[in-house]
Amino acid sequence: MKILALDTSSSATTVALLDNEKLVAEYTINNFSTHSLKLMPMISEIFESCGWLPEDIDIFGVSLGPGSFTGLRIGVTTIKAMAQALNKQVYGVSSLDVLAYNLMYVDGIICSIIDAQRDEVYVATYKWDNNNLNQIMNPSILSVDKLKEVMYKKKEHVYFVGDVAKKLRLRIEEENCDTNMVFPPDALLLPRAYAVGKIARQHASEGKLKNLEDIVPIYMRKSHAECQYEEKQRSEK
Amino acid sequence: MNNDIHKNIITLAIETSCDETSVAVMKNGREVLSNIVASQIEQHQKYGGVVPEVASRKHLENINKVIEKALSEANLSFESISHVAVTYGPGLVGALLVGLSAAKAISFARNIPLTGANHIEGHIYANFIEHKELEPPFICLIVSGGHTHLVYMKNYGEYEVLGKTRDDAAGEVFDKIGRALGLNYPGGPEIDKLSKEGNKEAIRFPKAYLERGSYDFSFSGLKSSVLNYLNREKMKGKKISIEDVAASFQQSVIEILVEKTITCAIEKKVKLIVLAGGVAANSGLRELMREECSKYGLELIYPSKKLCTDNAAMIGCVGYYNYIVNKNSNLFLNAKSNLKFENI
Repeated sequence: MKILALDTSSSATTVALLDNEKLVAEYTINNFSTHSLKLMPMISEIFESCGWLPEDIDIFGVSLGPGSFTGLRIGVTTIKAMAQALNKQVYGVSSLDVLAYNLMYVDGIICSIIDAQRDEVYVATYKWDNNNLNQIMNPSILSVDKLKEVMYKKKEHVYFVGDVAKKLRLRIEEENCDTNMVFPPDALLLPRAYAVGKIARQHASEGKLKNLEDIVPIYMRKSHAECQYEEKQRSEK
Repeated sequence: MNNDIHKNIITLAIETSCDETSVAVMKNGREVLSNIVASQIEQHQKYGGVVPEVASRKHLENINKVIEKALSEANLSFESISHVAVTYGPGLVGALLVGLSAAKAISFARNIPLTGANHIEGHIYANFIEHKELEPPFICLIVSGGHTHLVYMKNYGEYEVLGKTRDDAAGEVFDKIGRALGLNYPGGPEIDKLSKEGNKEAIRFPKAYLERGSYDFSFSGLKSSVLNYLNREKMKGKKISIEDVAASFQQSVIEILVEKTITCAIEKKVKLIVLAGGVAANSGLRELMREECSKYGLELIYPSKKLCTDNAAMIGCVGYYNYIVNKNSNLFLNAKSNLKFENI
């Protein structure tokens, strides 16, 4: 089973080709240029390097979010349109799950965090049980201070993953106190398309296929205009 | 152009620059096999205008369905498509990116060329679809919610911009005045309807001609003047005739549009005037332009209402003319929200 997988939830663009369990190629660019500029040329290059053709792909995998709204839309639209043009299946995965795969076999709590702007993060926590990744805390939005407070109370080590962890580390270092919080090196903080492909394959084997139109980004937040509108409606009542 | 080589080119065209998700299938540039437009007007009405984030989300939800519908209505599958054309600007960047991402993905997946199209140029080309004999050169007035351009089209893809708005676009002013009058979004068509029941000479609103010989437009003064009038009458406790305000305001806008367009055609010695864009659907503008054209012996052409507003067929038409001269794009094509007409 050949898989094309990608993640555009963070500032990094990452694309991978998998053949069953085997990682055939993975390509990540983490610079300042936009997903819209990078993504398709990267996909084209990775296919060319491997001598694969788009029609060779059996299933497509994509991170649905949470993450940057525009980034998610570029990734999700690209994958859905490719799958539609080739009449193949798409599996969407959580970008928080994808991050947790960076810290396989870690003994402790894995805390995936993604920048939600306004000093808030999208967060979920996980633990490995043998080969299974179990989610402990469902995806939610927390302020950075609240996150610190919650994780500080844990009796175990908390391993942070996600590129916004760098900011959190700086804040904790400033406070200069002993903590249970662990920050892996930067290269381990970025999402990897390999994990997207691996989870997509798992979903496929479990028969979790959705209709193409039901595969939409996990925004976790309404648009600013919708929030303001609802606020106004409430205050007028 | 060798017509034999270019026989039966099938274009899949995608347009998502604002609040319409549209996909068309075109044959040889000018024949519409399908032109599906999924409008989001309902989603934006409660906000009184287009909300970019809401539009982008809706485009993503719609795009695959609209592609499927366009293909099935054209009775074709992806195998028959020769190339993909897509709007890459100007427009809302988040909205453009949905159509652009889909177009690039299809181009790569099916190994067919990608052709970028300028949205404003698309409005002009809408005329080629319904008027099979139409050929440049002509003078074109492009008026929509985002643009007001007076252009001399010399040949396919060759333009001289003679004038444009220095502030608000004509359609934008219609929508803003519509909102001030308490009309539904978009205000343009509503004002056009009300104008028919009002007296266009009831109120004298100013018209900005700008400096002598200029073909530029300015509508912000007119807009303020209408808003001031409404406030003043309200303060005085007077009952406002919405119909009269609509008619008088519309008259000010269209008089200036018509006058500058006609002068332009006479000066350039061009016998043909073409209207394009959403405001080209305005019946007052069409009527006055027709009257003035016949006075000066000029010919006038405009698209049907469906092709005046945003649609993918017009993008397919531009895309086709770009494609046959090898003006294709690569996968690095990016959305340009402020893409200038001058950069074509």
